[in-house]
Amino acid sequence: MAYDCVVLAKQVPDTHRITGKVMNDDGTVNRSALPAIFNPEDLNALELALSIKDRFGGRVTVVTMGLPGATRILRESLYRGADEAILVTDIRCAASDTLATSYILSCAVKKLDYDIVLCGRQAIDGDTAQVGPQLAEKLGITQITYVEALEDLQDNTIQVRRSIGNGWQSVRTGLPVLLTVTGEANTPRVAAARHLMKYKKARTPGEVAEEIKVMNPDAVEAEIKELCESRCEALRARGLLIEQWNLDRLEADLTWCGRSGSPTKVHRIQSVVLAAKESKEVPPTDDGLAEMIHELIEDKIIA
Amino acid sequence: MIDVNRQGEVWVFAEQHDGRLEETSIELMSKARHLADTLKVRLGMLLLGDGVRDLATRLIHYGADKVYLAEHPLLKAYQTNSYAKAILELIHKHKPQVVLYGATVAGRDLAPRIASAAKAGLTADCTDLQIGTHKTAKDGEVHENLLFQIRPAFGGNIVATIINYDRWPQMATVREGVMPMPEPNASHHGVIVTETVSLTQDDLPLEILQEHKRPKKVDLKAARIIVAGGAGVGSKENFKLIWDLANCLGAAPAATRPAVDLGFIDHDHQVGQTGTTVRPSLYIAVGISGAIQHQAGMAQSQKIVAINNDPEAPIFSIAHYKIVGDLNEVVPKMIRAIKEKGIKD
Repeated sequence: MAYDCVVLAKQVPDTHRITGKVMNDDGTVNRSALPAIFNPEDLNALELALSIKDRFGGRVTVVTMGLPGATRILRESLYRGADEAILVTDIRCAASDTLATSYILSCAVKKLDYDIVLCGRQAIDGDTAQVGPQLAEKLGITQITYVEALEDLQDNTIQVRRSIGNGWQSVRTGLPVLLTVTGEANTPRVAAARHLMKYKKARTPGEVAEEIKVMNPDAVEAEIKELCESRCEALRARGLLIEQWNLDRLEADLTWCGRSGSPTKVHRIQSVVLAAKESKEVPPTDDGLAEMIHELIEDKIIA
Repeated sequence: MIDVNRQGEVWVFAEQHDGRLEETSIELMSKARHLADTLKVRLGMLLLGDGVRDLATRLIHYGADKVYLAEHPLLKAYQTNSYAKAILELIHKHKPQVVLYGATVAGRDLAPRIASAAKAGLTADCTDLQIGTHKTAKDGEVHENLLFQIRPAFGGNIVATIINYDRWPQMATVREGVMPMPEPNASHHGVIVTETVSLTQDDLPLEILQEHKRPKKVDLKAARIIVAGGAGVGSKENFKLIWDLANCLGAAPAATRPAVDLGFIDHDHQVGQTGTTVRPSLYIAVGISGAIQHQAGMAQSQKIVAINNDPEAPIFSIAHYKIVGDLNEVVPKMIRAIKEKGIKD
């Protein structure tokens, strides 16, 4: 039996590799200088979906919501073996919190066929781990979070091992299901050369339009539109069109999107400054260290 | 969602497994008590399970005014759907203004499911909570007595204060180990409110086939002194230095994520954003550069000693005692100095 998988992925700033180069003079982080990467645990979710496809057949569709630049992680998904990729992009998605994001993603997933929906456990920019469970609730399906291994999949039943923090449990449930996958689950495969050769030409309609404008600087709008349509049609025929959906295409209720759909608001953002406080330098000598130990005992820090 | 309700109580989900209360839920109570007092409302605990009534009294001793007790055979083991359904029922019935959960695996599984169904806001992994006033940027509208949900974001590089002024309850999960445990007080009074919730087998979509719990190898949260090693220690063999120094101080050995990833020591010993948050009296950082993710888990230590051969290492910016030098020389000297002082051997 084949299973259709939908993977939700996010492009994130690489918060784990912060070097001096991205630090401002005041000790804060220059966020725009961070490289954008495929959220690490979303790669584990993709890998789990691809391994299901390898064993049982079925299609793997990757969906991301983000700015047009996030198309990069969609192409990376295709290079690794995904069958289809969808970019959800719309200026009206801006300022969405996890609740609005899960609503928008649920509108996209409802347009697709799925047996298993997979997300990374959490994204490294916010570390909230909320969108997966919220999406499951909006789809009205069972969620299994912190999945570490697929143990069994047959007929309409899936069995996985999940972390419970201080141990693990093995659980079984019927499909459809939403899984959030941890970094422990697998080692994501790298891009395959044959996919790379094929999909490096994959484009979203937005990218096609940009390219046509560059190549035809004097063309009027109507001409560009016509050129885009025929080019997108040609790409689609070869399976190289990355679908680009906006909120109209999703038939989303705008009150639940973006700022108006987000109950949480930011009151204040403070940069963490590595503040120097009262401190002393201890010479790395026997005397210096003995003096420090003496002080710590005097202060009753050690007894 | 429920409407803004200024008389609403402050609630904490009292997470229990097999009749044992999660420490995080109790840690949360001292802060929640303070929030409730500031708002002049009651502190209510949500206790779900089967045969857990005796835990309610303990919660009252820890400072609860009310314990909403929902007992049902189908609530015996935690499952997302059954627990979410029961809590949603109670939220809609009693309309609390604040609902807090520990950011445990179960808390992070449950709270977003509830938030989505209630169409309410939820802030993950808070490290602090306060009551404050917010003025909207757009129309200057003032909202008083809001829950300030304070959390690190961006890998700990920023601290964001999140609010939710219109679609209540205001909900947050709170990190383990960031709040001190309250002292139980047997003379504190409170009431147990027995609730009946309607559940069917359909609310338990999971079949739990097997469960394996393992005790933590070390209790970093309870340690008064921690000696932690980073990637700079170099090898698993060399990590013996950390164990030796810890042993002569009666301290708990700990490590950074890179050191754990390199296999120097087990994950149970990891301090930092993806490990345990600690606040010991003394934290000795050996061969630790001090990435912000690590600092997030230890910066609240009362005294910090840092040993590193790189004078520019970020750890020095938060250290009270800076020792620039080769850890292979400094640590043995330090052990000698401690032994000479006749401290616990």
